Parts: sequence; C-alpha cells; structure tokens
Amino acid sequence: MRKVFFPRTLDELWPLLESEPGAAIFSGGTDLFVKMRAGSADPGVLIGLERIGELRGIRREGDGVRIGACTSLKSVLEDPLVRSGLKVLETALKALGSPQIRNMGTIGGNVCTASPAGDTLPPLYVLRAEVEIRSAGSTRRAPIGEFITGPGKTLLGRGEIIAGIRVPAPQGLNLHHFEKVGQRKALAIAVASLAALMRISPEGVIEEARLAWGSVAPTVAVSVGAEEFLKGKALTRPVLEEAARIAEASFFPIDDIRATAGYRKAVAGNLLLRLCK
Amino acid sequence: MKIDFLLNGKKIELDAAPDRRAVDLLREDLGWTGTKEGCGSGECGACTILVDGESRLSCLMLAAQLSGKKVVTIEGAAGDPEIRPIQESFVELGAVQCGFCSPGMILSASALLKSRQYPSREEIKEGLCGNLCRCTGYHKIVDAVGEAARRLKDGE
Repeated sequence: MRKVFFPRTLDELWPLLESEPGAAIFSGGTDLFVKMRAGSADPGVLIGLERIGELRGIRREGDGVRIGACTSLKSVLEDPLVRSGLKVLETALKALGSPQIRNMGTIGGNVCTASPAGDTLPPLYVLRAEVEIRSAGSTRRAPIGEFITGPGKTLLGRGEIIAGIRVPAPQGLNLHHFEKVGQRKALAIAVASLAALMRISPEGVIEEARLAWGSVAPTVAVSVGAEEFLKGKALTRPVLEEAARIAEASFFPIDDIRATAGYRKAVAGNLLLRLCK
Repeated sequence: MKIDFLLNGKKIELDAAPDRRAVDLLREDLGWTGTKEGCGSGECGACTILVDGESRLSCLMLAAQLSGKKVVTIEGAAGDPEIRPIQESFVELGAVQCGFCSPGMILSASALLKSRQYPSREEIKEGLCGNLCRCTGYHKIVDAVGEAARRLKDGE
C-alpha cells in the first residue's frame, strides 16, 4: 500500500518533500495515474497538491497574468483575464482533453509533465511565460523554454515545486492562433500542433512573429529563422511556405503509434499555411 | 485511512487504503456498481462521477480525494430534479443501447446543462466529448440531451 499525503498548506508541504524524497508529486493526477495503471510508474509515496489553496487562482500581476500552478485547466479556460488577453492559450485549452480532464488536470501539471505533446506548452512558449519555482526557502523563475529540458524533464530539483506561471501581456500582438492535428477531435494527443502570435500592421505587414510547434521534437520546437524571415513580409501563401521550409530544420519528429516522422514534419510545416487569409 | 464524504446525499464513512482508486471504492467497497469502468485510463468517460458538481473520472482518482466532497453517481440521478429529466429523456428517446456508457454520459450531460441552459448540438457534442459510446452513433444521445435541456428549462 502506498502512502498518500494531501497537505493543506505550503508550510505542511515542505517538510513532507524533505522526509519523502522519492514521492511522486501530483495535482490532477491525469498523467500520473495513467502511468501507474500502465505500470510505467510505481511510486511508493504520493503527495497530492489539490488541497493547497495558495497554489490556485488567477490574478493580474504587473502588466500580465499570474496563474497558480494547481489551477484547473477548466478554471484557466473560463477566466476572464485569459479569455480577453490570452486567446492563443484559450484556444489550446479548448482542444485539450475532455471536460473531465480539464476539470481535473492543472496548468502546472501540464507544464511539469513536459510532454512534447502538452497542449498548453506551445502557447506558453509564444507568450514568453515564466515558471515560478518554489522550495521551502526560496523562489526562482525560469522562462518556460529553459524550464523544460527534455521530454518529461524539467529544472525542478529536490524539494521544489512549480508555484505558478507568469504570463506577460502580449501587447500589440494582434494575431493569436493555435491548431492541433490529432487522430480525432476530442481527447487527442497531438500529432503536431502550432501556436502563433504575431503583430500585424494595419497594412498587413508582419512586424513580429512568434511560433512554437508541439509534438515534432523532444521539446516544443521554435524557429528563430522562420520568425526572422517573416518580419516585414505579408501573410501570403508563398511567404508562409518559405517560412515552413525554414522551420523544418527545427523539427526532429519521431515515428510512433500516432504518426510517422515524415507525416509529422509535413503537417507541422503546413499548419503555418492556415495563417494566410 | 478514514474517508468520509457525501454520496448521493448520504453520509459515508469508511476505512480504505488511501491509494485505492475512487472507482474501486464506489463499486467494490460500497457496492454502488452504477459507475462503470471502461478503459481505466481517462479516455472513455464510463467512470464519470460528479464531485462538488464537476464531472471527474473516478478511475483516475484516489479514494482519499473524495474526502469531504459531495459526490453524485448515477444512483443519485433519479432523486435529483436536475438529473432525472436527463435520465428520462435518454430512456424515452432511445439514447441507451447496451447501457454501459449511459451513467457517465448522463452525468456529463448534467454537468453541461448546469453551465449551459440552451446548448446547441455542437455544444452538446463538445460537452460529451469525454464520453465514448460504441452503440448508438451518438445522434440519439445528442437528441436526448437537447430534449432534457428543454424539459429542465420548462420545469416539466
């Protein structure tokens, strides 16, 4: 029988992390319990964060939004600050899992799981989100792209948890786009996904472009080359086709049960073409 | 570990291993077998229950997570004026074939209708997208949820 703890405050959590260094920490449990059932995880101790109120909630912070790590995906999706200012994240959340999964899963969990297919990750990359890492004695922050170091791997050290995600307001970025290609509409794990955030001038010229792809590399793929190429150009099909060709150098997809590497690469590039009117 | 919660309005207090799954506690320890287990990994929705009014998957929950919560399973539907009309319209409109998905489907529909009074067909499909049915082809289920929405609105 496993030991299970549900601390109610951070002050209760810290000594537990100290005394149970091998514990699996979970929030919604929608990834961990699937792995435990499949036999790919078998922790002796479980620490659930769901009863720690300090880790939940969404508030304005500076010119951005701070989302507590254990805020459910549903609460994030329905939050007025998210709906009004973070459209790219809202669109991705709508495509994530199912109502039940969104009621249970949390944004911090999606980030910590660090799956190449995590649906909130490409939006958080283009939004330049920062992860707030806390331990008993300290708080540090890391950009999401540095926090996630590999598939399932993050900067979190012993005794540390994610306390929140800080998302700066995407000021002036007037084009928010997210699309996921999966094997079905609901509950699909992405075969490939794209989040795009752009600033388009009234004349239709791209002044800034931020792009991030899911499921085509060990972590979220970005292409500075494609972003630079797009600058100063119009959103036309030939321009986007060329940007997709440049971005391909950043894709290192794999073959798996959902798709072949070749298919992933082609679809990931083609997702960009949706941006032309 | 002592676990106490409200199950379909009834106070439950029992001793269970804290890492026991909620679905096993309901079905095996308590004998409430209305909640079904399909895939056991969060994809089929057969094990859906309402926890504090929100739809959750009891196969991906620990028994200890029920502690202090208000839990509704399909056994509580008949006595709940907001769920009973859904159950009735499922029966009357032929939305049930083998019946295995029905408990989860009805509870997901109830969660949907609490947040959307007049859902479109598309919204009903989205609200039920976490529940698989392998018999009906979904049309009659969507019909039944639409009909239940009308009945709930009219207070029939």
